[in-house]
Amino acid sequence: MNGFVHSIESFGSVDGPGIRFVIFLNGCKMRCQYCHNPDTWKCNVGDEMSADELIEKALRYRPYWGTEGGITVSGGEALLQIDFVLELFSKAKKMGISTCLDTSANPFSRDDAFIKKFDSLMAVTDLVLLDIKHIDSECHKKLTGQDNANILDCARYLSDINKPVWIRHVLVPEVTDDDNMLRRTREFIDTLKNVERVEVLPYHTLGVFKWEELGIPYKLEGINPPTKERIENAKSILGAN
Amino acid sequence: MSNKTEWRSFVDGHWNDDVNVRDFIQRNYTPYDGDEEFLEGSTEATDKLWGRLQELQKAERENGGVLDMETEVVSGVTAYGPGYIDEKLKDLEQVVGIQTDKPLKRAFMPYGGIKMAEEACKTYGYEPSEKLHEIFTKYHKTHNQAVFDAYTPEMRAARHSHIVTGLPDTYGRGRIVGDYRRVALYGIDFLIQKKEEDKANCGNGTMTEKVVRLREEIAEQIKALHQIKAMAESYGYDISGPAKNAKEAVQWLYFGYLAAIKSQNGAAMSVGRISTFLDIYIERDLKEGTLTEKEAQELIDHLVMKFRMVKFARIPSYNELFSGDPVWATLEVAGTGMDGRSMVTKNDFRFLHTLENMGPAPEPNLTVLYTKRLPENFKKYAAKISVETSSIQYENDDVMRPVWGDDYSICCCVSATQTGKEMQFFGARANLAKALLYAINGGKDEKFRDKVTGKHMQVGPEFAPITSDVLDYDEVVKKYDVTLDWLAGLYVNILNLIQYMHDKYYYEAAEMALIDTDVRRTFATGIAGFSHVVDSLSAIKYAKVTAIRDEEGVTTDFKIEGDFPKYGNDDERADKIAVDLLKKFMAKIKKNETYRDSEPTTSILTITSNVVYGKATGALPDGREAFKPFAPGANPAYGAEQNGLLASLNSVAKLPYEYALDGISNTQTINPGALGHSDEERSEKLVTVLDGYFAQGAHHLNVNVFGVDKLKDAMEHPEKPEYANFTIRVSGYAVKFIDLTREQQLDVISRTCHERLA
Repeated sequence: MNGFVHSIESFGSVDGPGIRFVIFLNGCKMRCQYCHNPDTWKCNVGDEMSADELIEKALRYRPYWGTEGGITVSGGEALLQIDFVLELFSKAKKMGISTCLDTSANPFSRDDAFIKKFDSLMAVTDLVLLDIKHIDSECHKKLTGQDNANILDCARYLSDINKPVWIRHVLVPEVTDDDNMLRRTREFIDTLKNVERVEVLPYHTLGVFKWEELGIPYKLEGINPPTKERIENAKSILGAN
Repeated sequence: MSNKTEWRSFVDGHWNDDVNVRDFIQRNYTPYDGDEEFLEGSTEATDKLWGRLQELQKAERENGGVLDMETEVVSGVTAYGPGYIDEKLKDLEQVVGIQTDKPLKRAFMPYGGIKMAEEACKTYGYEPSEKLHEIFTKYHKTHNQAVFDAYTPEMRAARHSHIVTGLPDTYGRGRIVGDYRRVALYGIDFLIQKKEEDKANCGNGTMTEKVVRLREEIAEQIKALHQIKAMAESYGYDISGPAKNAKEAVQWLYFGYLAAIKSQNGAAMSVGRISTFLDIYIERDLKEGTLTEKEAQELIDHLVMKFRMVKFARIPSYNELFSGDPVWATLEVAGTGMDGRSMVTKNDFRFLHTLENMGPAPEPNLTVLYTKRLPENFKKYAAKISVETSSIQYENDDVMRPVWGDDYSICCCVSATQTGKEMQFFGARANLAKALLYAINGGKDEKFRDKVTGKHMQVGPEFAPITSDVLDYDEVVKKYDVTLDWLAGLYVNILNLIQYMHDKYYYEAAEMALIDTDVRRTFATGIAGFSHVVDSLSAIKYAKVTAIRDEEGVTTDFKIEGDFPKYGNDDERADKIAVDLLKKFMAKIKKNETYRDSEPTTSILTITSNVVYGKATGALPDGREAFKPFAPGANPAYGAEQNGLLASLNSVAKLPYEYALDGISNTQTINPGALGHSDEERSEKLVTVLDGYFAQGAHHLNVNVFGVDKLKDAMEHPEKPEYANFTIRVSGYAVKFIDLTREQQLDVISRTCHERLA
């Protein structure tokens, strides 16, 4: 089968361990206000590529991977194309390539059909980069248009099956940069036993032009990237590296 | 020769009897695979001297780029008595010697061309001497005059239209690295003795042109050696014998280099591979307890300070080609020996550490001879310095060592040369992008007009232009082939003429005195506009390109419909065109006879001249607009890279070094945030990038780590103290960003900065 690919990045150095070949898939149901890739929201569009094609491309970068690097599938929301990612990762694993899934977990649910696929995928996934956009359900809805219950549930599930996870949290002044919320996030993270690393990603405005190009009103107009002090503060509360 | 005191405790070898520095190094150096913990900070003396020098540099900048200029004295090895950074601080200087009598004062060097020497003075508000004008126009010819006396009309036209340009006919060719280490290891007298022997054995009495010329050149070299000794004497040093300790070794070596920069103003005046050599002396002193690590670092700091002070008087057209006052005092660290041992010593750390002790700086042009097999500690430290200062470049020892051995130096930006065994005829570059337009337009220039007729100038041969509206790939390739034949022939002949005159009127006696008499010569051609030709051919092949012609039928623009693969994306379709283009051009260069049986090479390396070449070149089928800068060196075109840094690196890595032995320059800027979360992580990732890139046989990488915002701010606020020493790598060298012309600054800013939106 083919995947719908938005773009590839040969040099992913902040998308999991080492240097990674990052595949951005199209399609996402979240509408995060700070999204810097709104051009990946649409489903079933983009370059149709097979797992073999992508692996062939990725292997061109093996010399740069050292002992840690490999491939990362990101998005959009990668789990919307879970069948394709499963095929891709299965093939990659056979070739000894490290696999990393970057997800917001929005498609996660415990219903049988999904969890069966998800389990198969986790069997060929070395690491999950899990975005927790907001710990508070109401705020999460406001920020992303979606509920966070199943996302937090996914985090617990991953903890239960002991799948290594890096938690990522985007720090946006006025939206997520709140000591109280950060502390609640930390409390939640502390209940998980599989978290290898917590990353604070400072909000930036580099993707705003895409909103303009797409003609979508940008709701965070006027909000600047967080200061160094606030980033350090968030890192210290969240226990980030 | 036995010098038991000076050579005490060194392991003997061939080097004792013959001039053979490589043999000395291999038998005596101590590889170091530890980390940087042993390094010492700057001493009080270093801080004082460097502080003073920074004041002078500030004054120089405020004074319009030049602090002081000579107008009355013709520069030469012994033209001046001793000079110091500051007369009051001179006792603090561990290494002495400056180019003129005052620090940063630019010497008057007329032999390359009296016209240029005078123009340089006038540009900065100095009145050149009438007497010297008379001497160098009436009684003594200079290089530039000689070249123009002999040029053909075709050569002048090609020069005027910039299809060949940046030629060393208005400046010294440079790129000759004397083996300055010889002064330290042997002392001047032994070197004179060896040259006398060479002269005695030069020819069998039959005076062919070759023999006569060589005899005269050796005589000039011997004269220069005597002058170097006299110059050292004026500073109170007797350098007739070998250096006894590290301090003397550094000083003796520097005197050799100083002689070169007092007598020549070549575009590149490189220092060479001195780090491992000097470490041998430092190690011996450390063991004997006569030197501390702090003192060793001070010696290296002071030597580097001297390299940071090298200045030449330049003219505006030169500054446009090579922006930011570079001298390419290129200096190498690391590398591996033929026997497989790493040549990293503690001294290689010390040289990189100067960027911490005295802050970032463009000179010396610090070059790491890289291989994956270098000690991990050293790789990490070099990467750390890169991340912090953006001041060093990397070159692949694994591709150079098989060709040049394990004692090569970098003689300019990126070009290797066997130290003390070779010299190079530097020859700028041919504009292959313009040549493509000549192929389409039947040799007519798309920009420049004939002075008499007012029509497009006929520069190339008048063969039939392409008349179809939509360009046909096969037709273009066929015509381009013929055009390149013509261009390669003309280009080589221009260079033959220039090199002949340079030897005759501006011979590099001081540098050649420190090179074997039986010297091997390379003939360094070069390519400009590389990526644009590749993408243009790809566009013609894979998309639909329609010629837009003016009233004279000359194509001045193109309509491009459809998508096409571009060089810089690891796309075999475009990258194959790139490889073929390089091979084709090199083959055509080789068909021609080169001056003094030199070995032709080529480079894909533009320095900052990509702006000047671009300015003279019309619109291209790849969509590059008329008169806009080219991409520098072997870099993909601006905006062509769609798949990130590594895809771009992979494309460049496909270019076979064997076909471009003069070097393949690649400059990449990475946003710190895109490289990693912390400096430590950034350093580690940079090492992985370098390992991967060079493992594929790539030749060179300039690494910048900063964001575009910083560049923009520095351009608008050059007065901010934090930008005084803000150094960036451009194609082939490092430069203080605020010293670039605004045009160059904008060019640097517009280049792809790898920062993914993630």
